[in-house]
Amino acid sequence: MKLLPGPLRRRRGAAAEDGRPAGAPVDGDLRRGNGALVQDREEEAERRRRREAAVEVPISVAAWVDERTGSGPFLRGLLYRKVPPSNWFYTLGSATMFAFLSQAVTGVFLAMYYRPSATEAYTSVQHITNDVFLGQFVRGMHKWGATVMMILIFLHMGRTFFFGAYKYPRELNWIIGVVLLVLTMVMGLTGYLLPFDMRSFWATVVAVNLNSSGPIIGPYLADFLRGGAEFTSVTISRFYAIHMLLVPGLMAALIGAHLYLVIKLGVTAPPWMKAEKARELAKEEI
Amino acid sequence: MNAREKEQYLREYYVLKGKGKPFFPYTIFKDGAMATLVLVVIIAMTILFGAELGPKADPTTTTYTPRPGWYFFFLFELLRVVKPPALVFIATVGIPTLCLVLLILLPFFDRNPERHPLRRPIATLAGILTIGAMAYLTVEGAVAGSPTEIDMKVSPTLEPGKAVAASSGCLGCHKIGENGNSGPGPPLTKVGARLPKQAIARTLLNPTPPMPSFSRLKQRNPKEFTELVTFLSSLR
Ligand code: HEC
Ligand code: HEM
Repeated sequence: MKLLPGPLRRRRGAAAEDGRPAGAPVDGDLRRGNGALVQDREEEAERRRRREAAVEVPISVAAWVDERTGSGPFLRGLLYRKVPPSNWFYTLGSATMFAFLSQAVTGVFLAMYYRPSATEAYTSVQHITNDVFLGQFVRGMHKWGATVMMILIFLHMGRTFFFGAYKYPRELNWIIGVVLLVLTMVMGLTGYLLPFDMRSFWATVVAVNLNSSGPIIGPYLADFLRGGAEFTSVTISRFYAIHMLLVPGLMAALIGAHLYLVIKLGVTAPPWMKAEKARELAKEEI
Repeated sequence: MNAREKEQYLREYYVLKGKGKPFFPYTIFKDGAMATLVLVVIIAMTILFGAELGPKADPTTTTYTPRPGWYFFFLFELLRVVKPPALVFIATVGIPTLCLVLLILLPFFDRNPERHPLRRPIATLAGILTIGAMAYLTVEGAVAGSPTEIDMKVSPTLEPGKAVAASSGCLGCHKIGENGNSGPGPPLTKVGARLPKQAIARTLLNPTPPMPSFSRLKQRNPKEFTELVTFLSSLR
């Protein structure tokens, strides 16, 4: 009982006192006389109280959480912080993040059916495509989601480049961004092998061979990716672990850091926007 | 940027930020609208293009089309531009690594405090040229097919070898007569004049990357392998 917010507690008490049978006439029925009218008014007021109490529930839940975590000021700061006048180009970063989340969700469903071995990979993908309910749809969303994410990340990078957003004080966020770009490409490379059809297999063979042409670490990197000198089941499970554990984990952490910096530093104002007053102030004081 | 420019930027940013609107609900609304659009586009592409699955990978066959995902076309295409084998590692590793280092270090060598794209013409031009080059390489990579036909008149004894060559994906990287892509591998139109039969066989078994090894073909189907080598050494 103590857990319930005040208004709800009051409501419960009121309900217990009210002994009228269910289904009794409610609205102003003159035949029921004056007493009934008063009762109607009370019920009307009661209903209003109930409505108000319902509105208060989320507020008091938030208060309950805040009392225990102290996250209120942080969340207020997060939600009501001012964002400089922006335009639609500024949505590309969060759109990239949304594509990443979509990949994560569809990826989880694919992982429920996918089996990473040279003998089973192809048949399990075939099973997903042909038998599993909505399997082909989810696989398609994962496949085309990769394309969309790749386009969005390049557009977002272009936006930050042309708007000069990589300059002081946001250099570090640019660097995190470049790492995210590389990791996104690694996702594209490792995911391409997993269906294990002809095209994906041979494209990956060539890609890994390309790696091995690198100086010094090239051959070792290729051997690491293959898990030996040849393409085997080990290669598939290795690519799979990289594709669904290692790199997404890294990316999630880095996206967190990226967003932390965005919130901490604020997003840039469009470069053509000028704060005249600040200019004059700055001139005066120097 | 020196200390004064930094200070000035921070002040100006502070004023502009004060003129803005709160993140909630304004930014959230825009981001949400964009996220919905992204979702709609992904679903539309899924419905329009589906998710096909090619034939099962067979490591012992050589009839394949080595094509990466489209977002790697520009890297693959770079290989075709750089021809001399000694320089291949420049295309495979050198240029991408260099570009990446330049990209990471960008905030450190571009120290101009100006942010307007039109008032920093060098950076803007470099950006546009980079995008242009990447788009060009991607489109080139997309049109460069992996044909499986060789239109060349050869004597009937060489026909089987020609068929093996045509179906083994060599054309993805080599030009043979009028067919195939001119790179990343050297043209094979006159390879017989350049290399003795043994050397060709050795190349197929132990090639320099990125060319894949065809030793499996020899193990599995020595007859086809011999026909292929005979066909190649007849090209002069
Ligand atoms: C992934 C691309 C690729 C594929 C596919 C490929 N090659 Fe190559 N090939 C190359 C590259 C790059 C070189 C040059 C590297 C070197 O010097 O060994 C080369 C070199 C050669 C050479 C030596 C040429 C010379 O002048 O030194 C021969 C012969 C050859 N390839 C034959 C073939 C045949 C036959 C096939 C198909 C069965 C084939 N290649 C498939 C990329 C490829
Ligand atoms: C997984 C990939 C990425 C995600 C999810 C992501 C997300 C975001 C988000 C949500 C913002 C807020 C402002 C905006 O949306 O424009 C942002 C800002 C920024 N991003 Fe990214 N980003 C990614 C990749 C990149 C890349 C590849 C770069 C560049 C190399 C980059 C550089 C920046 C910079 C410099 C800012 C600050 C922009 C400003 O303050 O105006 N990001 N990012």
